[in-house]
Amino acid sequence: MTDLAVASQGLTKRFGSQVAVDAVDLVVPRGAVYGFLGPNGSGKTTTIRMLLGLISPTAGRHELLGRGMPDRAAEALPRVGALVEGPGFHPYLSGADNLRRIDACDRTAEARTSAARTAAALDRVGLSAAAGKRYRTYSLGMKQRLAIAAALLVPRDLLILDEPTNGLDPQGTREVRTLVGALAAEGATVLLSTHLLAEVEQVCTHVGVMHRGKLVAQEQLGKLREDATPQAVVLTDQPQAAADVLRKLGLTEVTGSAAEVTGKIGAVAPEKVVAALVHDGVPVRGFSLQAPSLEDVFVQLTGQGFDVSG
Amino acid sequence: MSQVDVRPAFSLRFLRSELRLIAVRRRNQAGLAALAAVPIVLAIAMKVAAPGTGERRGGGPDFFAQILGNGFFVALAALGAELTLFLPIAIAMLAGDAVAGEANQGTLRYLLTVPVGRVRLLAVKYAGIVAGAFLAPLVVAGTGIIAGLILFGGGDVTTLSGTQIGFGEALLRLLGVCLYLGLCLAALGAVGLFLSTLTEQPMGATIALAMLSVASAVLGQVPQLDWLHPYLLTQHWTDFGEFLRDPVSLGALRPGVLVALSYMVVFLSAAWARFAGKDITS
Repeated sequence: MTDLAVASQGLTKRFGSQVAVDAVDLVVPRGAVYGFLGPNGSGKTTTIRMLLGLISPTAGRHELLGRGMPDRAAEALPRVGALVEGPGFHPYLSGADNLRRIDACDRTAEARTSAARTAAALDRVGLSAAAGKRYRTYSLGMKQRLAIAAALLVPRDLLILDEPTNGLDPQGTREVRTLVGALAAEGATVLLSTHLLAEVEQVCTHVGVMHRGKLVAQEQLGKLREDATPQAVVLTDQPQAAADVLRKLGLTEVTGSAAEVTGKIGAVAPEKVVAALVHDGVPVRGFSLQAPSLEDVFVQLTGQGFDVSG
Repeated sequence: MSQVDVRPAFSLRFLRSELRLIAVRRRNQAGLAALAAVPIVLAIAMKVAAPGTGERRGGGPDFFAQILGNGFFVALAALGAELTLFLPIAIAMLAGDAVAGEANQGTLRYLLTVPVGRVRLLAVKYAGIVAGAFLAPLVVAGTGIIAGLILFGGGDVTTLSGTQIGFGEALLRLLGVCLYLGLCLAALGAVGLFLSTLTEQPMGATIALAMLSVASAVLGQVPQLDWLHPYLLTQHWTDFGEFLRDPVSLGALRPGVLVALSYMVVFLSAAWARFAGKDITS
């Protein structure tokens, strides 16, 4: 399993009678940018806390960078940068002092190069100008940046970033996306938990979807889309007639509006659809097949909209 | 993957960082200033007030009456006055911050993912509390000596046994008092560290520890509970007066030292038992 950055088997967490995470088998290959998707409350953060050893699983086991957790945490965690559930720093220390404190706790970090490391990390997230300001005066976006800087204090093989763009303005969001891309290009594996689909579509190579504590899908991003059924879209001025034809052919979830009818095409050949429409005298003004958006895929997988908490 | 170089050598960086964190915090600075203000206020009040008003209730030797004769006693009187509430509150503040404070600010999860081992975290946190426990009485005694010397002068010190000792030796004995009280407060800090692992609210741990300390002192005043007294943490704190006997009876200090060490063992173990496997959801 050494080619996996994160691997879990049956990872489960119960809080009392409530199952927060239910038998999750994560497979994150090295070098992947893994989008860990799910609505708020679907168990992403609890899973991440278990991965990092902050909470102990009720059942199951997992490895980070090929090291069994939590027994070999001292070997694995120095190579793992983490941002968990938002930033957490001492309000009365400056940003730089906060980073220095974290650096001082790291036994694997060289004391001599501490100043250089903190400066480089602050620079990387664009916080150099505010390095000497007290953390309490930071805006939410700056706090978030500082948390990312803390995760980048030393070179990492794995970054676990929980909602890294929370509180960032569009510019900051773009910067984080670029940063994630750059980290991946340097060879790091990134596990990016988010509820923003756009983030995933733009940077991720792999996707795992959480829903009500279960990992309902885990796939390469492209493959996930391929597997999802494409939609046939018929432009016509007789939507009622067109819908009847589509249903007769076996398309599912046929819905129509004034000028357009859509349906899941399934195994039906597209050319047969067009032929059948023309044969039945339905005027076809346009016909197309649409790959489903990630949001459609998500709705297919979970049976509900993305922003609904599971 | 690059090889992780886990340095086996003992590193003091985390401890230094912890002490610095405690020292730069404004609230702690203000707290220390307040502790230092007590002997100053006390010395001035004694200077201004008429003689013979030094009457005082409560346990422990009464050093107030002797202040007018020798400034040395300002330090002892101030330590005695602050021992019931001010010093315990100072320790309670540090203890509250130790684990609950980090949890409250969200810094605990980041310390643990650095990673800092949980035992190491507790050890460093407790070391910070212990540093405060020894510093606080030293600061009170130090300001007391300075204020006393300025307002009342120094000279040979009359011990509780009636003999005279030189001022230099008296200072050494005062140092002994501070170390003894430091140990007592460090034991209180061990209880505080345990309380700090129970909650994410630093104020909760602070108030709980201050209340425990006061409750212990109150129970110590109830004669009907004399069977309980030997086990009370605060019971032997006022034994620090033994340093002012001639010769110093170390045997008389033993119960206090034993109680303090016992509390440390029990509550540090409890803190470890509680924290080692705790789910960190803060």
